[in-house]
Amino acid sequence: MLFVAPAAGYIGIFHLFPVLYGLYLSLTTYSPLDRGGPELVGFDNYAGLLNDADFHASVRVTVQFVAEVLPFAVAFALGLALLANRSTRGIGLFRAGLFLPRIVPLAAVSLVWLWLYSPDGWFNHVLGQVGLEPRTWLLDEGSALHAVAGMRIWKALGGNMVLFLAGLQAIPRALYEAATMDGANAWQRFRYVTLPGLRPVTTYVVILNIVYLAQSFAEIFILTGGGPLRSTTTTNFLIYEEAFQNNRFGTASAMAFVLFALIFVFSFMVLRRMGRNP
Amino acid sequence: MTSASMAGSGRIRLRWATRRRPGTFLVLLIATVLVMMPFLWMLSIAFKPEAEVFTDVPQILPADPTFENFATAWTSGNVGRAMINSTIVAGVAVLVNCTFAVLAGYAFAKLPFRGGTLVFLLMISTAMVPVAVTLIPLFLMTKGFPLVGGNDLLGQGGTGLLDSLGAVVLPHLIAPLNIFLARQYFLGLDDDLGEAARIDGANELTTFWRIYVPLARPLVAVVAIFSFTAVWDDFLWPLVVTSSLEAETVQLALSKFLTGGNVMYGPAMAGAVLVVLPVVAVFIFNQRSFIAGLSEGGVKG
Repeated sequence: MLFVAPAAGYIGIFHLFPVLYGLYLSLTTYSPLDRGGPELVGFDNYAGLLNDADFHASVRVTVQFVAEVLPFAVAFALGLALLANRSTRGIGLFRAGLFLPRIVPLAAVSLVWLWLYSPDGWFNHVLGQVGLEPRTWLLDEGSALHAVAGMRIWKALGGNMVLFLAGLQAIPRALYEAATMDGANAWQRFRYVTLPGLRPVTTYVVILNIVYLAQSFAEIFILTGGGPLRSTTTTNFLIYEEAFQNNRFGTASAMAFVLFALIFVFSFMVLRRMGRNP
Repeated sequence: MTSASMAGSGRIRLRWATRRRPGTFLVLLIATVLVMMPFLWMLSIAFKPEAEVFTDVPQILPADPTFENFATAWTSGNVGRAMINSTIVAGVAVLVNCTFAVLAGYAFAKLPFRGGTLVFLLMISTAMVPVAVTLIPLFLMTKGFPLVGGNDLLGQGGTGLLDSLGAVVLPHLIAPLNIFLARQYFLGLDDDLGEAARIDGANELTTFWRIYVPLARPLVAVVAIFSFTAVWDDFLWPLVVTSSLEAETVQLALSKFLTGGNVMYGPAMAGAVLVVLPVVAVFIFNQRSFIAGLSEGGVKG
């Protein structure tokens, strides 16, 4: 027990206590610039969020962002994992190369994508090559969020692929052999052995992605700053603005807990739907 | 296990595979090149003089390669100072995690005590709390940290740890995920080893240090890598608690390249290369630890 004490004490103070402290702050009105401490206002902050257009918009943006990234980040990663699970020349290099975006810092690579998406950047060059008009990817209200989503798909693929690879290798070979002996073709082996075998990993991947994507911040900060016309202001970005630019710690805390609840509910729904055995 | 079985399959199998699967090879090749594309442009622009960054047709190979961007990024971009800062902070986080997270994980696995499971679950559950929830409370706790930055014992009067490297490291000292990984790892090691040592009269700390730690090198590698990248990649927290160039971290320094609307892409990409490089280097030399750590949570958790 003595061995656990330092870690338990630290996590208690710096991870667990802040949750309670935050819950308390969400029931107060508090600006760090004011003299005096937080003032209790009950559930006013939460009630206020019900009519807060900016907050509603941010939740819509966050949900749309997750919904745009998730299917591609999961489906493409599964496809890549199925390919990378085969032995072919240079497979180690392919795996490492595909995995690389997962480990590089989000803020750093966002800078690269800022150039790729810039008016004279690579994407417009490619469009020009195939005879299409250049676009203002990040500067257009209609496309900015899609552009950020595109970057996140790229960023998420490799990590998901590696998880799927681990999942594929955990499926007993004997199942495939038995299926082959029963006359199952490649598609049937995939449908009735691989997919059910991957169910636990897929559930994990989907939940992990929801939790990460719903907290999108650094790439928004660098690529769009929440604009144009707030079209990429995710809830996490709004919380940052509310707390550290508008100095409203109370409402920002309430927003954080609503975000927490939303992530929790979505993850739980996924767990209920996918976690069950078929 | 994976690499062993792959190595065992040998050359003949490999040649057979490439001949039989040109499709797989080709699709993987195209996918990998596409995924690597942003990195290639990052490198390319980092070595380009300013006039070459935006041309009608972007060229991947710089016509007149230069190191100037790196010098600009390092000095006027403050990337040099920021790299030193982030290295110090990451170093502290690695040391503390490798000591106390590993120790706690060991205790949860090998020295069960009453209420241990509950404490463990409580600690691990904090890993699921979104950053935004604890951001503001942690900010106030950092500001009210007692006896530093002009604060009294009650944390009043000054700015506490704000705008210092101490503030940057505060939430990263012990990560719940690392405790989880350590517990999983030690659960997989035999109990008899420790029993034998105890019968020989070793105390708990000696048993841990002499018997289990030497067996836990792969675990320590994973914990070190995770602790390092957690600090190195962090953006939101340093953004909130630091303001001066003296306390700037790497990701913040990079984000400064875009203030004012006109991005200096040459120095920005050079800075990005410098910041990405250590992570890629750690990855290349520890690929297996990286991937083991990632998949551990997935398959067993």
